[in-house]
Amino acid sequence: MPATTTRPPATLSRTEIEQFLYQEARLLDEGRLEEWLALFTDDATYWVPLEANQADPRTTVSIIYNDRRLLEVRVRQFRHPRAHARVPAPRTVHQVSNVLVLEDDGREARVASTLVMLEYRKERQRVWGGLVEHRLRRTDGGLRIAAKRVDLINSDSELDGIACLF
Amino acid sequence: MSLNGKDIKSLVQPDRVHRAAYVDPGLFELEMARLFGRAWLVLGHESQVKTPGDFFTTRMGREPVIVARHTDGSVQVLVNRCKHRGARVCEQATGNARQFVCAYHGWSYGTDGTLCVVPYPEAYERPVSEMRELGLAKVPRVDRYRGFIFASLAASGPSLLEFLGYARTSFDDLADRAPDGEIEVAGGVFKHVYRGNWKLVIENHLDLVHPVFVHASAIWAAKEQADVKGSPSSDIGIRQMRANGAPQEAWEAVGLWTGPYGHSYMGDYHSDRRLVAAFDDPAFAEYRAAMVRRLGEEATRRVLGVSRFNTIIYPNCSFMSQFRQLRIVQPLAVDRTVVYAYSYRLKGAPEQMFEDTVAFANVVNGTGSEVLTDDLEVYERIQQGLSSQVSDWVYLGRWYGRDVPDEHGLRRGQTGTSDLHYRNFFTTWLEYMTTED
Repeated sequence: MPATTTRPPATLSRTEIEQFLYQEARLLDEGRLEEWLALFTDDATYWVPLEANQADPRTTVSIIYNDRRLLEVRVRQFRHPRAHARVPAPRTVHQVSNVLVLEDDGREARVASTLVMLEYRKERQRVWGGLVEHRLRRTDGGLRIAAKRVDLINSDSELDGIACLF
Repeated sequence: MSLNGKDIKSLVQPDRVHRAAYVDPGLFELEMARLFGRAWLVLGHESQVKTPGDFFTTRMGREPVIVARHTDGSVQVLVNRCKHRGARVCEQATGNARQFVCAYHGWSYGTDGTLCVVPYPEAYERPVSEMRELGLAKVPRVDRYRGFIFASLAASGPSLLEFLGYARTSFDDLADRAPDGEIEVAGGVFKHVYRGNWKLVIENHLDLVHPVFVHASAIWAAKEQADVKGSPSSDIGIRQMRANGAPQEAWEAVGLWTGPYGHSYMGDYHSDRRLVAAFDDPAFAEYRAAMVRRLGEEATRRVLGVSRFNTIIYPNCSFMSQFRQLRIVQPLAVDRTVVYAYSYRLKGAPEQMFEDTVAFANVVNGTGSEVLTDDLEVYERIQQGLSSQVSDWVYLGRWYGRDVPDEHGLRRGQTGTSDLHYRNFFTTWLEYMTTED
């Protein structure tokens, strides 16, 4: 993961991009969080905004706004035996669709997709829906996530705690 | 359960409380009437209604209300319910309006609640101008302190200043820290829900034994993280997660005070120079200079030297004067609660201060925070556990009998880990709950 260990070609095919997003979703759904984390570049951001069309993560609060360092803390915390909100851990199914390549400058591709996610934990199932945007960067190690933004359709509603990853 | 005063009194004993206080739907209804229906409740801040027509909607207990700035500059608190057929007349969380127009038959109300328009008025015996009692109901008492808007659903009772007592100094602490002397709500509102009684969050905010247990995973994960340079935002987040792992001596040393009407506050436990302006970290130099320009050196030192973390304005407001966070706890049902968490900007402070506030909010009040979600999980486990009918009592005995009076008419816990505030909340609760109308 990902399929190639050499720098991807100048133009990525839609199939390659879709395969990458599906693989990412699979890692989350199988709880392979460290492998998922390894998909992110060192300068990556993982962002779940609070507000619709939120412009700035620094001056408006976010459901999650993690740089690589905070994302490492998050994944490590998830593994702790007393991460209470994850005892037991939620199970998820990420359904990724409507993949669109918005831009591709040969270094990074900006990719939109739609996420429908089921989350199950402690006799309760929640349905999440969101518009997702990835910035995928070609690196010597293969394709990597330089930024991921998930705009949940109910992000600004009254929400129970969120201890899963989108 | 029957609800006469004697029965209710039997639920609260000096060092324990009956589980019914958390799980009984009848008591919850009585709380809505006698506690939330009487106490001064914090609704927000006047920066949320800066100009005439500005409004926001919120709840007082379960009463839906509109807080609006009227054309004459006054702040009005109106019940969000059409006097005609009962529909809510305002559906937006915030906005600006000249009138609130009911969707059903078009009855329209001014921002002071006055009934302005009734379509097809010829069908009524009186002109609209004489249908004064059909304006939106006004909440009987509205007052402000340091820009914070309070209201009470009771027509009579203590004045706001009497109600707040010494706890007002925590609002002073928040407002005084602004170099321009003004603060404003900014940066978005978290709304987190848990399936538990409203009291659990208020109690927890001054429970200084819980952090190292509830937040063990976040403390560990943050302490394990290598100190590579990251964004200022993640720096604040990691520092705050680590701070929760303060040693036991530090929690014991933190002061904990309670006073009349249940209001309580704790001292601050932080030792991280980057999080506390009083420690004179270079990150605060520009801010400090702005404060000195307005207040002078001595007053600046005094303002920044106030060392408080959470303050509870009983029953349902919890705020962090030093860290510019304010939570309003809205009971939805005996076993369901939503907490609205607001951030404040210190006017005249460097922008980085506000970005720090946002980063701090994400970790402390964020719906997806590794810290907050563990609190919410524990509230839910408490609610589930308290459904047990085999054991009736919840123990509040930590440092019982060792409280000491202080010079402001408050009581101070023997140490910061005292259950003093739980006991005082229930003393206050009993006063409200056993007083009949």
